[in-house]
Amino acid sequence: MHAPPAFDSLGLQPAPLRAALPAWHARAGVERLREIAVGVAAKGGRLAALWGADERDRGEGFALHLALVVDDATLWLAVPLPAGRPDYPDLADVFACANRMQRAAYDLVGIRSGAADQRQWLRHAAWPADVYPLRRDFGLENWYGNDVEQYRFVQVAGEGVHEIPVGPVHAGTIEPGHFRFSVVGEKVLRLEERLGYVHKAVDKLFESRDLVAGSRLAGRISGDSTVAYAWAYAMAVEGLAGVAPPPRALWLRAAALERERVANHLGDLGYLGNDGGLAFGLAQFMRLKEEWLRLNARLFGHRYLMDYVIPGGVERNIGRHGCDEIAAQCAALAREVRVLRDLYDDHAGLQDRFLTCGRLAPETARLLGVVGLAARASGLPLDARVAPGHEPYDRLGVALQTQTAGDVAARVAVRFDEIAESLRLLEAIVEGVPLGEIATPFATVGGRGRGLGRVEGWRGEVVVALESDGGTIRRCHAHDPSWQNWPALEHAVIGNIVPDFPLINKSFNLSYSGQDL
Amino acid sequence: MLKLLRQIAVTGIVSEPPPRPDPTLRVVEQRLANEVLALFGGALAIRHVDAGSCNGCELEIHMLTTPHYNLEGLGIRFVASPRHADMLLVTGPVSRNMETALKRTYDAVPDPKLVVAVGDCGSTGGVFGESYASCGRVANVIPVDVAVPGCPPTPTALMQGILTAIATRSRQS
Repeated sequence: MHAPPAFDSLGLQPAPLRAALPAWHARAGVERLREIAVGVAAKGGRLAALWGADERDRGEGFALHLALVVDDATLWLAVPLPAGRPDYPDLADVFACANRMQRAAYDLVGIRSGAADQRQWLRHAAWPADVYPLRRDFGLENWYGNDVEQYRFVQVAGEGVHEIPVGPVHAGTIEPGHFRFSVVGEKVLRLEERLGYVHKAVDKLFESRDLVAGSRLAGRISGDSTVAYAWAYAMAVEGLAGVAPPPRALWLRAAALERERVANHLGDLGYLGNDGGLAFGLAQFMRLKEEWLRLNARLFGHRYLMDYVIPGGVERNIGRHGCDEIAAQCAALAREVRVLRDLYDDHAGLQDRFLTCGRLAPETARLLGVVGLAARASGLPLDARVAPGHEPYDRLGVALQTQTAGDVAARVAVRFDEIAESLRLLEAIVEGVPLGEIATPFATVGGRGRGLGRVEGWRGEVVVALESDGGTIRRCHAHDPSWQNWPALEHAVIGNIVPDFPLINKSFNLSYSGQDL
Repeated sequence: MLKLLRQIAVTGIVSEPPPRPDPTLRVVEQRLANEVLALFGGALAIRHVDAGSCNGCELEIHMLTTPHYNLEGLGIRFVASPRHADMLLVTGPVSRNMETALKRTYDAVPDPKLVVAVGDCGSTGGVFGESYASCGRVANVIPVDVAVPGCPPTPTALMQGILTAIATRSRQS
């Protein structure tokens, strides 16, 4: 297989990865890193993920890894760094989203970027600054004293400016994180996020697992996206081991992924109505979501579809009768959602809250490398489902749902449109799902090498990069779309009033756990 | 407005009866007096704390206040501040980065108080266990009355756990 033309002028010799989506792997010296990054950006490419690895036990130093996406093809770039001085040049001026990923890579592996911003990100005060948990000589059980961290927020000065600190424990039932607002009166001048509160050693935990068992952990990195993570992980394992899941399994995975998308969109639309002052919307959408989850439990064995996608296939079959039930439910839900959409569209109070609120301009979204639902609401037609050869989506034809306004109303509209599209896809899936096995046996995996998975979850693309020494995981990095989209929230809030923050935040609905790892 | 009212009328009431308390969910014997629990049972205020969860448990906690489960119909509501709360509903293995925040939140809840640990992670540490970044189960950090296993526990199981924590000895038997 020839590498796509987009990679040609980078001066690399990329080797194709066995993967469900087009992917290549290449190595490059650190002196070429900036040139390659600039070259990728010039072709409209973007940074999908960045992580570090300790290779000293292989007689090398450390490594910086990048997943770069150009024209739906992924380039996994490995950059060896010397053990004595594992430094590399800053990439945040080329890809703005690199900032936090670089800081996280330093906290966990101790590889240092040349960026001016050297503040810690995932490390708070539970381990010392000169200790790096993802180094191979660091024990998972190591334990240090804990303290209250001192973090340098950017200060905003001027007459009448004051700060509002919020979190980590928030007022609602949501995940923990800290938001520091600098405001004048009610107007937000600046929002700065401090995340990392739910860091729970995910990457380190992967190292001690065998390839099949890793799936359960992958499915619990961000619970609301368990199908996307489990599928991306399975894709990586299957590529690494050279196992092809049967076609029926791929179609059933797509059914699960679309059901996850619909469930989350239903919940978000309910909460967005509620945060806009229409409690009726919450009651109605959550009623629909509950009925949706109950059919999940009955057919797939779990309300949120956890552990349904397994390496090699899926955990259980959905028979003819189950497929009919899904089709009937989709038709009924489509009718119900149309009624509620009319009510939302006609509700002057709600539209007043939604329109022009929390605007993320398309150009800002592109510069920040925003992905997924938030990107599509800001006019960027990004969706991993349309990548060539992505069975079954290549047969089904996914219609991308985009808006250009980039405000809360646009993110609401994308959710409504995506529910309709996912219901259409689900009906097509249960109609056309091929007969056959639902899993390829995965009992003896001697896979050695690397695998890459990329799946469009409801929030955006989940990337899983996996390396194995044979049977067990050597290094597994799972990347949540929230890495790219959290900084965009900081921009979308500027100039809005503080009471609109919960609504804007909900319209993005980003994962803390997925980013904190 | 008429369309909205019509939709409410067409939907009707979908709420289902609540589950019975289940004493086997108790981690420790009942600590609070029957009289206190009887008061709590009439109007319980809950503060949820995510101390490290994957957000799966949060999805089900959200469902508690939706039409099918209607927790507020039992006089139980979620409050924004621990100072207004009678009970902490804690999810996650307690991450080390949330350890201090959880202890402070617990201290901010006025006595007498109850703690319900949620999910396999909250009950045992779950898939994340104990590590440099995780304290494991909630009971390793603050006193826990009731633990509700599940990954995530269903809304019915969560209601059962909450009702068990406020059930008095006589009501449990």
